[in-house]
Amino acid sequence: MRIRHLGTAVAAVALALSAAACGDAGGGTSTEPENDYAIAENPSFPEGSRMAELAESGTIRIGVKVDQPGIGFQPAGADRPIGFDPEMGKIMAASLGLEPGDIQFVQTVSDQREPFLQSGEVDLVIASYSITDDRREVVGQAGPYYLTGQQLLVPSDSDISSLADVEGTEVCSVTGSTSLSNIEEEGATPRGFSTYSECVDQVLNGALPAMTTDGAILLGYAADNPDDLKVVVEPFSEERYGIGYPQENPEMCQWINDTLTQAYDSGEWATAFESTLGQSGVETPQPPQLDDCSENQG
Amino acid sequence: MAVIEEFGPSIARGFWLTIQLAALSGFGSLLFGTLLAAMRVGPVPALSSFASWFVTLVRNTPLLVVCIIVFSGLPAIGLLNQTGFLVKAFVAVTVYTSPFVCEALRSGINSVPLGQAEAARAIGLGFRGTMSQVVLPQAYRASIPPMVSVLIAMTKNTSVVGLFGLAEAYARLQGLLNDNADQRIQIFLVISLGYVVIVELISAVGYLAERKVGTSR
Repeated sequence: MRIRHLGTAVAAVALALSAAACGDAGGGTSTEPENDYAIAENPSFPEGSRMAELAESGTIRIGVKVDQPGIGFQPAGADRPIGFDPEMGKIMAASLGLEPGDIQFVQTVSDQREPFLQSGEVDLVIASYSITDDRREVVGQAGPYYLTGQQLLVPSDSDISSLADVEGTEVCSVTGSTSLSNIEEEGATPRGFSTYSECVDQVLNGALPAMTTDGAILLGYAADNPDDLKVVVEPFSEERYGIGYPQENPEMCQWINDTLTQAYDSGEWATAFESTLGQSGVETPQPPQLDDCSENQG
Repeated sequence: MAVIEEFGPSIARGFWLTIQLAALSGFGSLLFGTLLAAMRVGPVPALSSFASWFVTLVRNTPLLVVCIIVFSGLPAIGLLNQTGFLVKAFVAVTVYTSPFVCEALRSGINSVPLGQAEAARAIGLGFRGTMSQVVLPQAYRASIPPMVSVLIAMTKNTSVVGLFGLAEAYARLQGLLNDNADQRIQIFLVISLGYVVIVELISAVGYLAERKVGTSR
């Protein structure tokens, strides 16, 4: 069976080659922060509301990203995602009287976020989920709980310093992301990859001149490779991260807003930020102004 | 169809890339696959065993792995760094599809009666002449149906490179779904329809070829 051995050898070579493609994720710590959020004692919710059902059931399913360092990232071998979004999920759960251990985190890639809410696969989506009018047609989005904007990540010795410089170049991001369509409108050729780390590797290899996505994610990678990479240009889009909930439970909006307001005031929001995105050295921003729930009815 | 009006240009650009890649890789695979088949049935033991190894190896490697090697692995060790992405995709899809072309063609070669090759030798043709003048033309005719299947599979396989930097139809689908959550079903239908049209075209060409030159027994 020499074939099998050769196949194994080739697989090993392929793995060795691709090991470079799944290097360190960077951006924040690789261990889950140990923040103690105040768990509500016997919270009371209106009879028949979704919050009452969830508090009653003792568990909540939250859709998160697992490939965005600092925001929602699951290191190889870990069983729970780490980042600002999961921390927000813990704050939400705490207001229902649920412990972090009661949360079931569900991986949701970008284009599954609406279907998962519509089919009841998850109760909330907290997955770098930008609030848009289109999305509010089909799901509820409360917040925003964080503001960021699109920037560029380039090699340290790159000449790219303004957005105009990307015209006619190739810029990568994750296949299907809004960042990619934005950069295409700026005249760059979009290069989509399945994960951010593959995209970073293309820039590190010199195969591509720049990467683009929300500044928060880029800062994490730049912090990881301070000698090779830098973040340039002022944010040129406004992303308002919101918390998605099913459209048939409009009562959840006010609860989310109240919980966020409380987390802003108690400092829990800042704690969540510092233990995740803040690890890359960015200053903790002011918590953003929340949208009124009346705007939220699509 | 409001989707066509709104997203037509983006979808068209995506399919243009899909079609380019399918056409390039289709020709590339037919050429390289034919070469592999000739090596396999040829008289040179070294070439013959190289071709069988290559076919066995690549046929057992998922396309995704081939793509990771071409797009991430080789650049990591300094190869193909400055190569255009369409070229890399062409290399990955061609390398992956050629063994299938080779095997489809070999089934055609096996259907050519041995007497044909012997007759060709008898009138003084060498291996090249025997293959190009006598055996391969008949083999191609006999292997049209499996070859069409291979090309159709290849066309759908090109969608994998949407995860490796090419904004082809599948990548456009992802992008449009992400940005226009309220029109998911229409977008999905339009892009699916695009693939159906391309595949049906290949089938139609295959069907015509079979009617014109295919072997009938």
